[in-house]
Amino acid sequence: MANLQSNFLGIKSPNPFWLASAPPTDKKINVIRAFEAGWGGVVWKTLGSQVKNVSSRYSALNYNGRKAVGFNNIELISDRPLEVNLKEIREVLKLFPDRAMIISLMADNDRKSWHEMVKKSQDTGAHGLELNFGCPHGMVERGMGAAVGQDPDIAKMVVEWVMEVATIPVITKLTPNVHSAVPGGLAAIEGGTNGLSLINTIQSVTGIDLDTLVPNPNVGGQSVFGGYCGPAVKPIALKMLTTLAQEERIRNIPISGIGGITTWKDAVEFMLLGASNVQVCTAAMISGFKIITDLCDGMSNWMDEKGYKSIDDFVGLSVPKITRWEELDINFHIVAKIDQDKCIHCGLCYISCEDTSHQSIDIERGNPYNTYTIKEEECVGCNLCKIVCPVNDCITMVEQRKGDEYLNWIEYEKRGLPLNDH
Amino acid sequence: MPIQNNRLSTEDLALKFADVHPPFEHAEGAAIEADRCINCYDAPCTKSCPTSIDVPLFIKQISSGNIKGSAKTILSSNIMGGGCSKVCPVEKLCEGACVYNLLGEEPISIAKLQRYSAEKAIKGKWELFERKPSNGKKVAVIGAGPAGLACAHALSLQGVEVTVFEKEEKGGGLMTYGVAAYKVTPEFCKEEVDFILSIGGIDVQYKKELGKDITLAELQQKYDAVFLGIGVGIARSLDIPGEELDGVVDAISFIYELRTNDFSKIAVGDNVAVIGMGMTAIDAATQSKRLGAKDVTLIYRRTENEKPCTEVELDLAKLDGCSFIWLASPKEIIGENGKVKKLVCNKMKLGEPDTSGRRAPVDTGETFTMDVDMVIKAAGQIPFEELINKSSVQNKSGKISINNKTETNLKGVFAGGDSVNGGKEVVDAVQAGKDGAKGILQYLGV
Ligand SMILES: Cc1cc2nc3c(=O)[nH]c(=O)nc-3n(C[C@H](O)[C@H](O)[C@H](O)COP(=O)(O)OP(=O)(O)OC[C@H]3O[C@@H](n4cnc5c(N)ncnc54)[C@H](O)[C@@H]3O)c2cc1C
Ligand SMILES: Cc1cc2nc3c(=O)[nH]c(=O)nc-3n(C[C@H](O)[C@H](O)[C@H](O)COP(=O)(O)O)c2cc1C
Repeated sequence: MANLQSNFLGIKSPNPFWLASAPPTDKKINVIRAFEAGWGGVVWKTLGSQVKNVSSRYSALNYNGRKAVGFNNIELISDRPLEVNLKEIREVLKLFPDRAMIISLMADNDRKSWHEMVKKSQDTGAHGLELNFGCPHGMVERGMGAAVGQDPDIAKMVVEWVMEVATIPVITKLTPNVHSAVPGGLAAIEGGTNGLSLINTIQSVTGIDLDTLVPNPNVGGQSVFGGYCGPAVKPIALKMLTTLAQEERIRNIPISGIGGITTWKDAVEFMLLGASNVQVCTAAMISGFKIITDLCDGMSNWMDEKGYKSIDDFVGLSVPKITRWEELDINFHIVAKIDQDKCIHCGLCYISCEDTSHQSIDIERGNPYNTYTIKEEECVGCNLCKIVCPVNDCITMVEQRKGDEYLNWIEYEKRGLPLNDH
Repeated sequence: MPIQNNRLSTEDLALKFADVHPPFEHAEGAAIEADRCINCYDAPCTKSCPTSIDVPLFIKQISSGNIKGSAKTILSSNIMGGGCSKVCPVEKLCEGACVYNLLGEEPISIAKLQRYSAEKAIKGKWELFERKPSNGKKVAVIGAGPAGLACAHALSLQGVEVTVFEKEEKGGGLMTYGVAAYKVTPEFCKEEVDFILSIGGIDVQYKKELGKDITLAELQQKYDAVFLGIGVGIARSLDIPGEELDGVVDAISFIYELRTNDFSKIAVGDNVAVIGMGMTAIDAATQSKRLGAKDVTLIYRRTENEKPCTEVELDLAKLDGCSFIWLASPKEIIGENGKVKKLVCNKMKLGEPDTSGRRAPVDTGETFTMDVDMVIKAAGQIPFEELINKSSVQNKSGKISINNKTETNLKGVFAGGDSVNGGKEVVDAVQAGKDGAKGILQYLGV
């Protein structure tokens, strides 16, 4: 059996799944339930100067009958008294000494406040700190959260303040509300951070109530931009993670991957792209803590199948497989193939190709079932038909190289090779 | 116990005749089912619907919350889309063609979704259609059944003034008087007819019978065109001794009684034999059973493989506790004091395929006798041959002949529905009515 043990900056947990700093980690009662369910660790809900939340806080994007494929919130950091939070953290640490306890922090924007927060936090015996440079709403207006993360100079300065007094590992949580996460990550590293985590939420408007015309969530007839997370943000998070993992100066800094992780497969993907462990928020909020069972079980079975003994065996393995466009092999060519035995004649491949792609599928009308076949010479290998096909492995993409040699765009252009004529 | 009515309590009857295909109780149910639809291109369901309802479109409109658009999509292809959602044998039409069948999955509940939208439109009296201003053309439609009503609606939509002549006192044709009571209620049938007529421009004259109160020649004179949607008549006779006995009834009349009276007033026997295995036979059998008959046996000349009803209908009869005798054909009904007592049947075997392509039943010479007190004849219906001949309309054994523009041999006289096809489904009759209207509009130059 694979070993799911995780060691992130020396912080040990029985599995690489932590709950991200958010409502699931807001109180002792939640965190105890999470640990009982089997979560490896928690990043406690962000502490700072106590705030007041509004009512009506979340909204979601539903798609094709699936609820909350994207999730949005306008909550602030913890609205509970600091002392209560710290007391509860101590209590949980005593009850579950084998789980990771990280405290998320967002102090007021001065050195003294940060020093105080850091000291109070490490006094609890917590194993690490996470600096919240990402919250995109509410705190930003006060010059905190994403306002810090979006300005590398400020970010670096704040990390420096923290490192002056920190005695436990410090993770800096980056904001995705930037065109690139790299400058912020580098700034944090220059400031001395031990690790990084990303992503926090992405600014969003999830929708509008078409009766009242008020966007969601509706706070007494008004709304604000919220922070977007959940399955919909995974691809964005993976991309940002990869940019960090590929950056020379960040390569040796452990990264905690966050953003839309719902299944063990998502988690494996984050880890393949360089995350040493992962954090989850929305999936737990939507389905409860029990999801940890399959997160662990699924990852463990996959590791057994692939022969990975520990999680470090596969972290980062996919990073080198994402390259620059110019380096792709133009001689690599695939064409779609429809398995007529599996085809259910829904015509989705045909209409998507015909209306929006390369008119590469032939139709032979029948009653009631049409027959669809690929025009191989027209097919550019775009995958659209395979994507829309409702039957697994009914459409496969078959390799038909255009030439034996590896030939990239730079070379192609240099040789003046021909472009399409239609 | 002999043939008698009032076998069950009112509550029992209500339960037995409750909706066989209940609707979605919640919007969520409809939405979940609608979202299962993968929205096929050139959809097999649509192609398998005689009225070509754009099924993927109306289902996606349910998904998107555009119920009004969904109802319009359904009803503009099939003005009886509400009724059809309850009575269509969808297992051999849209749902039978659903691509999910090919995955071994349950097909999309197209009928149930269709009912969801169409029933809302009918109950809510939504004004989905706007009639064009009158163009002064006048058309007479004979029969307010699915064919006649569909034709009238399509004509009126284009500004034609339509007068419908109907021999009964209610519209809907066999939808109102024939279809099983557990599929549609009289109230629904009335609402549906009212909905169709709400477009305006259609004057229905009830209790006016062609051949009795009016003649075709008169109508040809008074109107710019005539559409015949008179359906077919009563059940075919068995032509065997004993058919005149008390207790031998025609399925169509039996069901007509059942659809027009209180269930408690309808008499059934203890041991009922139903002759035939079509939709009408199944309906007569299941409804006899539901009225409280002890034993109901369906008797059919061929085997289960050749049965004209669908598997779903057969299952319905099985679940109702009906019995089946395959390869048997009635030979004689024996009576006592003028009342049915026994049914003698010939045992049959399958021979060579006949014109229908099915293997023909051949008499083996052996017989068997069963005790019965009621025999319901449901071996096909006979067209109004006499009336049609009297009006000089060309026909084949009473089935009206039409050309590809739905016109009969008489200029300006069109026809469609059961009276032409000899008896199919409501949905076929609706399409025939639409086709008739198209032919008439062309003929009128509208
Ligand atoms: C017992 C039974 C059960 C059925 N169950 C189903 C079912 O579950 N699903 C389904 O899809 N189909 C079913 N059908 C078939 C369906 O009812 C018919 O195919 C459909 O109603 C045909 O429509 P139509 O308009 O052609 O004829 P009809 O519905 O027969 O309508 C003809 C109309 O013309 C009127 N008429 C007749 N003669 C004259 C005249 N001389 N003057 C004036 N008016 C006249 C009649 O009173 C009637 O209103 C069933 C049929 C029967 C008999
Ligand atoms: C309601 C809510 C409150 C959150 N509060 C915080 C917070 O206080 N501090 C923080 O660093 N991140 C906060 N987040 C962001 C999450 O920790 C996480 O980074 C983000 O939701 C992406 O992960 P997910 O897609 O698994 O939810 C919050 C998210 C949600 C949904």
